[in-house]
Amino acid sequence: MTGFEQLQTRLAELSPKLYPLFSEEFGDAVIGVERSQLIETAEELRALGFDRLGMVTAIDRQEWFTLVYRVASRSLSAAVFLKTRVPREDAHLDSLCGVWPAANWQEREVFDLFGIVFDGHPDLRRILLPEDWVGYPLRKDYEDDRIIRRPDYI
Amino acid sequence: MALVDRIGAGLESLGGGIILTTVDSLVGWSRGQSLWAFPMGTACCAMELIAASFNKFDFDRLGTFPRPDPRHTDVMIIAGTITEKMKPAVSRLYEQMPDPKWVIAMGNCAVSGGIFYYDSYSVVRGADSFLPVDVFIAGCPPRPESLQDGVLQLRELVRTESIAPGKRRERTLNLPQAPVAHTGSTIAEGSGEVE
Amino acid sequence: MTLQIESRTPALDDAGHPVEELVLNVGPSHPSTHGVGRMIVHLDGDVVVKVTPVIGYLHRGIEKMAENRTYLQIVPLTDRLDYVGSMYANWAYCRAVERLAGIRVPERAEYLRVIVCELQRIASHMMSIGSSAADTGAFSMFIYTFDVREGVVELFENLCGSRLTYNYVRPGGVSKDVPEGWTDDVLAFTGSLGPRLDELDRLFFGNTITRGRLKGVGVLSPEDAVAWGASGPAVRGSGVNWDLRQHRAYSVYPRMEFDVVVGERGDAYDRARVRLLECYESAKIIEQCIAQMRAGAIMTEGLPRLLAPPVGEAYDHIESARGSLGVYLVSDGSERPYRMKVRSPAFCNLALLPLLAVGHTLPDLVVILGSLDPVFGEVDR
Repeated sequence: MTGFEQLQTRLAELSPKLYPLFSEEFGDAVIGVERSQLIETAEELRALGFDRLGMVTAIDRQEWFTLVYRVASRSLSAAVFLKTRVPREDAHLDSLCGVWPAANWQEREVFDLFGIVFDGHPDLRRILLPEDWVGYPLRKDYEDDRIIRRPDYI
Repeated sequence: MALVDRIGAGLESLGGGIILTTVDSLVGWSRGQSLWAFPMGTACCAMELIAASFNKFDFDRLGTFPRPDPRHTDVMIIAGTITEKMKPAVSRLYEQMPDPKWVIAMGNCAVSGGIFYYDSYSVVRGADSFLPVDVFIAGCPPRPESLQDGVLQLRELVRTESIAPGKRRERTLNLPQAPVAHTGSTIAEGSGEVE
Repeated sequence: MTLQIESRTPALDDAGHPVEELVLNVGPSHPSTHGVGRMIVHLDGDVVVKVTPVIGYLHRGIEKMAENRTYLQIVPLTDRLDYVGSMYANWAYCRAVERLAGIRVPERAEYLRVIVCELQRIASHMMSIGSSAADTGAFSMFIYTFDVREGVVELFENLCGSRLTYNYVRPGGVSKDVPEGWTDDVLAFTGSLGPRLDELDRLFFGNTITRGRLKGVGVLSPEDAVAWGASGPAVRGSGVNWDLRQHRAYSVYPRMEFDVVVGERGDAYDRARVRLLECYESAKIIEQCIAQMRAGAIMTEGLPRLLAPPVGEAYDHIESARGSLGVYLVSDGSERPYRMKVRSPAFCNLALLPLLAVGHTLPDLVVILGSLDPVFGEVDR
C-alpha cells in the first residue's frame, strides 16, 4: 500500500466528510473543495491533526484562480494539498487565519501578487510591493512599462 | 561655503599656480588615504563587502572601513540590487552624506540591474539611473579583491580632484526626466499609522 | 503672525504619570536588521508594545521572472534567493524539477549534493551566529565566525569556481566532479572544525554578557511555533523535535547517522546554541558521506538539453539552515514553468516577530530578530 492509499484508508475511518473529496493528482494527495466549504473543510482537517500550514499560493488559470494550500500532519505522517477555485471576476474567499495563524502573512502575499481578497483577514494589505503599487504582477495579463522583455532565444 | 571651498576659490582668484596644485595634491592625498565607506548592502554583494572588510581581505589597511552612519562617510558602496521600494531610501541616504562624496556601484545589479535586467517589474536597472556613480565594479558578486581594486581606483580619482570650484569635476545627473520626488512614499511616512 | 500652540494633555497611567507612545522606525538601512528589513516599533518608554515588520525592499520578482526562463536558466535565480546558502536553494529547486520530470539522480551526485549542502549549512550558521553576536556588541566574534566561513567558501571556490553564488546543483545531478585532493581538503577542514567550534562556544556562549542578553529573550512556545508555520533551528530551540533530514529523510540521509539538536527553553540563547551544535552534526555527516561515496556518474544520462517536463505539478522540500525550504512547480508541458512558487522558511519565521517581541525592550528586539535569522533575499524573493 502506498502512502497515498494508507492515508485514504485512514481518512475513510476518521472522517467520512473528507473522504469523498479526496483524490490524487500527479502523485500527491489532494482535497478539492468549493470555496463555500473551505473553512469547514479546513477546520475538519485541523481537528484530524493537520496542524502545520506550510504554503498558500495561487495559480492564474485564465478564467479562474486555483488556490493551493499545503497542510501537513506530524501525527498522521502525511501532507495534503487543499485546493479550491475562485472565478477571476469575483476573486475573493474566506481567510483561514482563524484556523491556522500561519496563513496570515501567506495570504497577504497572495493578495499582493494576485489581487485575491481574503474576507475576514485581520490586516489585509500589501506586503512585498510598495503600498501605492498599482496592479497585481503575478497575473498573466500584467502589463508594465518597466519590464524589459527578454528576447525570445533559448 | 565651506572653508576648503573658500581657500580654493581664493587661491584660484590669485592665479592658481604652484600653491594651488600643492594644496590640491595634499588634500587629495589625505582624502584618498582614508575613505570611510557607507555600506549600502542590500543583497548577495553585501556578503562580499563584509568579507572584504574582515580579516582575510582586510579593508582597513587601505584606510576604508564601514561606518553605518552616512554622516560620517565619504563613499557610498552600493552593494546589491536596488528595488523600486528601496530607491527613496538610497536617495535620502545619499543626500545625507556630506560633501565631498563619491559612489561605488558594486556588483552587476548596482551597475545595470544584472541578472534581473530582463523581466523584473521592481528592480531599478542600475544605480546610475538616480545617483552619480564614480566607479563601477562588475561581477556577480565581485571578489573582495575586485572591490579593493575599485577603492584603489577611486583613490586615484580623488587624488586628481582639485579644491578650486572652477576646476572640480562636475557631478551631475543626466536624467531625461525630473529627479526623484519625495512623495508620500513608504520611507517618508515612517512615523505614521500603519493600520 | 502669531504662533498657535495646541496644548495636549497626554494620557495618565495609574500612578498619575503622563504616558505617550513613541513610534520608532528601524531600517531599512540599519546595521542590525540583517539586511534590508524595516520595523515600525511602538514603544512605551523602552518597552515594545507593538512591532510591525515591513518587508519587500528586496522584492525582485523572481517568481515572475521564472515564468520566462527555461528550467536550467532558473538555477542561477535560485542562487540569489537565499544568498547565504545558495547550494541548498539550488537543491530544493532541482528536487522539484526532478520530481516533476521523473528524473533519477545518480548516487554519487546525491552524495556530492549532501556534502555541499552540509558545508553550506556550516557557513550559513556561522554567518548567523556572527551577526547575532555583532548585534549584542561582540564584534570580534563576527570576525572569528567569518574566518570559519572563509574556510568553507575556499573549498567551494576550488570546487566550482565561485565564492558565493555557485550554480552547482543542476536538475539531474551536479555540474562538476570534485578536483583532485578536494575530499582530503574537506576532511582536513572538518577535522579542524571541532576545536574551533569549541573555542567559539566558550568565547560566546560561555560569556556572562551573552547569557544575560540572550537568555529568557523571545521565548517561543512549541505550540505557537507549529501553529505559525515556522521551522528550522528557530523551532528546534523550543523543543520541537522536527528535522526533515531525519523525519522525512530524502536523498542519502537515511544512510547517515546523526542527532537532531533540540533546545529546551525556546529563547534566543537556545536558538543560537542549536545552530552552533548543528555544525558538529554537519561535520559528522560530511565525514560519513566521504567515506561512503563511490566513483560514478554525476549527472543523469540522456537528459535533453531543453528540459520539457510533462503537464503536472510537483512540490519538494529540503531542510535548509533556516527551515523547510520548498519549491512548488506547475508545468504546462513547455520548456518554461507555468508557475514557480518558493516556500521560504525565513518568510514564515519572520511572521513570529510581532508575537515574540511584545513586552521586551528595544535592544532585546534586535536580539530576537537576529535569533530568527532572516535573510531578506529569501524573505522578499
